[in-house]
Amino acid sequence: MSRRFISIWFPHLMTDWLIRCRPALRDQVFVLALPDHGRMIVTAASMAAQAQGITKGMAVADARAIIGSLQVIDDKQGQSGRILNALGEWAIRFTPVAAADLPDGLILDATGCAHLWGGEQLYMEDIVSRLTRIGYQVRAGMADTIGAAWAVARFGSIPAIVPAGEQSSVLMEMPPAALRLEPGICERLIKLGLCQAGSFAGMPRAVLRRRFGQELLMRLDQFTGLENEVIQPLLPVEPYQERLPCLEPIVTRTGIEIALGRLLETLCQRLCQEEKGLRRAQFKCYKVDGGVEQLDIGTGHPSHNVNHLFRLFELSIAAIKPDLGIELFILEAPVVEDVRPLQETFWNAAGGLEDVNIAELIDRLESKTGKGTVHRYLPAEHHWPEWSVKPVSSLNEKTTALWKTGRPRPIQLLPEPEPIEVAAPIPDYPPMHFRYKNKVHKVKKADGPERIESEWWLREGQHRDYYVVEDEAGSRYWLFRLGHYTGHKSYTWFIHGFFA
Amino acid sequence: MPAERAAIIAGLQKDILLLQGFKQANSTSVDMGLGRITAAFPNETFPTGVIHEFVNTEAEHVAATAGFISGLLNTLMKSGGACIWISTCRTLFPPALKAFGIAPERIIFVDLEREKDILWAMEEALKCEGLAAVIGEVKEISFTASRRLQLAVEQSRVTGFILRRKAAALNTTTCVARWRITPLASEPEGGMPGVGFPRWNVELLKIRNGKPGEWQIEWFSGRFRFADEQLPIVQPVLIRKIG
Repeated sequence: MSRRFISIWFPHLMTDWLIRCRPALRDQVFVLALPDHGRMIVTAASMAAQAQGITKGMAVADARAIIGSLQVIDDKQGQSGRILNALGEWAIRFTPVAAADLPDGLILDATGCAHLWGGEQLYMEDIVSRLTRIGYQVRAGMADTIGAAWAVARFGSIPAIVPAGEQSSVLMEMPPAALRLEPGICERLIKLGLCQAGSFAGMPRAVLRRRFGQELLMRLDQFTGLENEVIQPLLPVEPYQERLPCLEPIVTRTGIEIALGRLLETLCQRLCQEEKGLRRAQFKCYKVDGGVEQLDIGTGHPSHNVNHLFRLFELSIAAIKPDLGIELFILEAPVVEDVRPLQETFWNAAGGLEDVNIAELIDRLESKTGKGTVHRYLPAEHHWPEWSVKPVSSLNEKTTALWKTGRPRPIQLLPEPEPIEVAAPIPDYPPMHFRYKNKVHKVKKADGPERIESEWWLREGQHRDYYVVEDEAGSRYWLFRLGHYTGHKSYTWFIHGFFA
Repeated sequence: MPAERAAIIAGLQKDILLLQGFKQANSTSVDMGLGRITAAFPNETFPTGVIHEFVNTEAEHVAATAGFISGLLNTLMKSGGACIWISTCRTLFPPALKAFGIAPERIIFVDLEREKDILWAMEEALKCEGLAAVIGEVKEISFTASRRLQLAVEQSRVTGFILRRKAAALNTTTCVARWRITPLASEPEGGMPGVGFPRWNVELLKIRNGKPGEWQIEWFSGRFRFADEQLPIVQPVLIRKIG
């Protein structure tokens, strides 16, 4: 059975796509441009702009000289490839083998597909009309070879369906450009008066090879089908999803657990093969009465450990109300990341923060108590005690700042400094005694003051003079005086922490 | 004969300890640097892989206890391990831990809202083998709850520390040791002015298969030191006051 190919040509791929995204641009004069060697080059021009003589490859400055009110929109490198890939994935509804044909086409392997649409004519019409309806101008061609389909899509008459085995006769009327040749070869052929493929297709092959190189022969053979051409089909990314339909509705917790366990096992097996781990997962239960129950989990590091993920879900299984029963379970992993393969150790040493056990423990804690309960502290470049640490939630985050050890810091720091009553000699001696929580402490030993300025570029405020004091019972405190002495203010002294 | 009998009794005692889960002192056991306090422990080793309980009521005592625990963590975390600190009303200030030789970034803090969650979180953490220690600040702990924690550590051999704040009614727990740490007035070196090294009165109120006792120790340049240890004699330098 002969093979059939469809080539789809998008003459205005980029502008059609842009008009689809921004309908306001319809009938406007605009161009897409990319910087190249320090100037902006037009990569695509709208129909209205083309009508005024602006073409692809022109400098934007020249185009502006033609039309003063030209809109210039920034293009992105490789954007057409991305659009074609998306269109190719969409086209998989027509055939299992679809490929992007850069820079402005698609190639579909239509072998054995057309009869499902009731014939090649209807098949092509459906493709073209659907693409036209979503806003793309297209021309499509169908033939036994990719080369012939490509040529009739661009240079043939519409509808361009070449019957099986007829491509050699079509070749005769095609211009050299329809053979997908390099511009240089095309130019030379035309210069020699060979304006139709028919005038050189019959020439001895040795002559053609000597004059125009192997490429011309290869293209001719690809057109007629003497040489096989392969395309690289698009492989759509399969979503990480597992389904488990049940014959009988499930109503018990054990049943749900079994279903969850099975789904996790198959999903994790796939993740493990692809060296991926999931960061977020959804477990959906479709009930008989049409309701959907959903459980969500998140992990701190990519994981494909069945037991761990099961335990995370297990904490909230009780929240599922099966009512009349659950008939379908779906497990999805919307966020998936690469797993960093860890070097395995010979013994189970007490590892640091990289230990997977710790990451899994934290996932469990967070899934029960809510996000934000687990954190570590890293040093921050501030002297102000409350700001000298910054909480981080990730286990891997590192900082270049160092812990300051030059000055004594209390092991217990009150969240807010508490006001105390103090008797202290002026101007800057430590207190003689102070009253905290209705108890008078007599200061026996003291160190200080250590002045810490409030960082004025961040926040207004007075400086603090800190003292380390020890009372007669041996308890050590961190006290400070806020600002300078002023006559009328009370509570200028505070307690801020306890030393070990 | 009595010498033989004593040897037999000592051997039997060791067997009993082994059955109770206290390992023999060997090369892998850690030396906490606790000096002669070690004699109070079974097998003369600081019991790791068990739960220690610290009782205290006042904020100053909590600070002293945190200091003592930091001293112990210094040794436990030396091999690069991480530890978890679980609390509902934590006031621990991480930069101060650096003075006890601990990397504060290797401590994971779990700040919970409900007292009930702490015991659950502690049990989960104690089951995790990768941790060097688990510290939990609780108001009180029932015998049943302590037994659950004990079962968790027996599997994982992680050392747990429980700080009990409401120590008015001390009930029985399964913890291997019960400590009370209170601050003592420091003595600056060589009559210098100011505040000296942190010094505590360490009371070992209860120790399973050991001898309870009371000691005065201080944290001196990265290790524990007994208060009555011979201080290096520093000749007081006469400073003539100028001006």
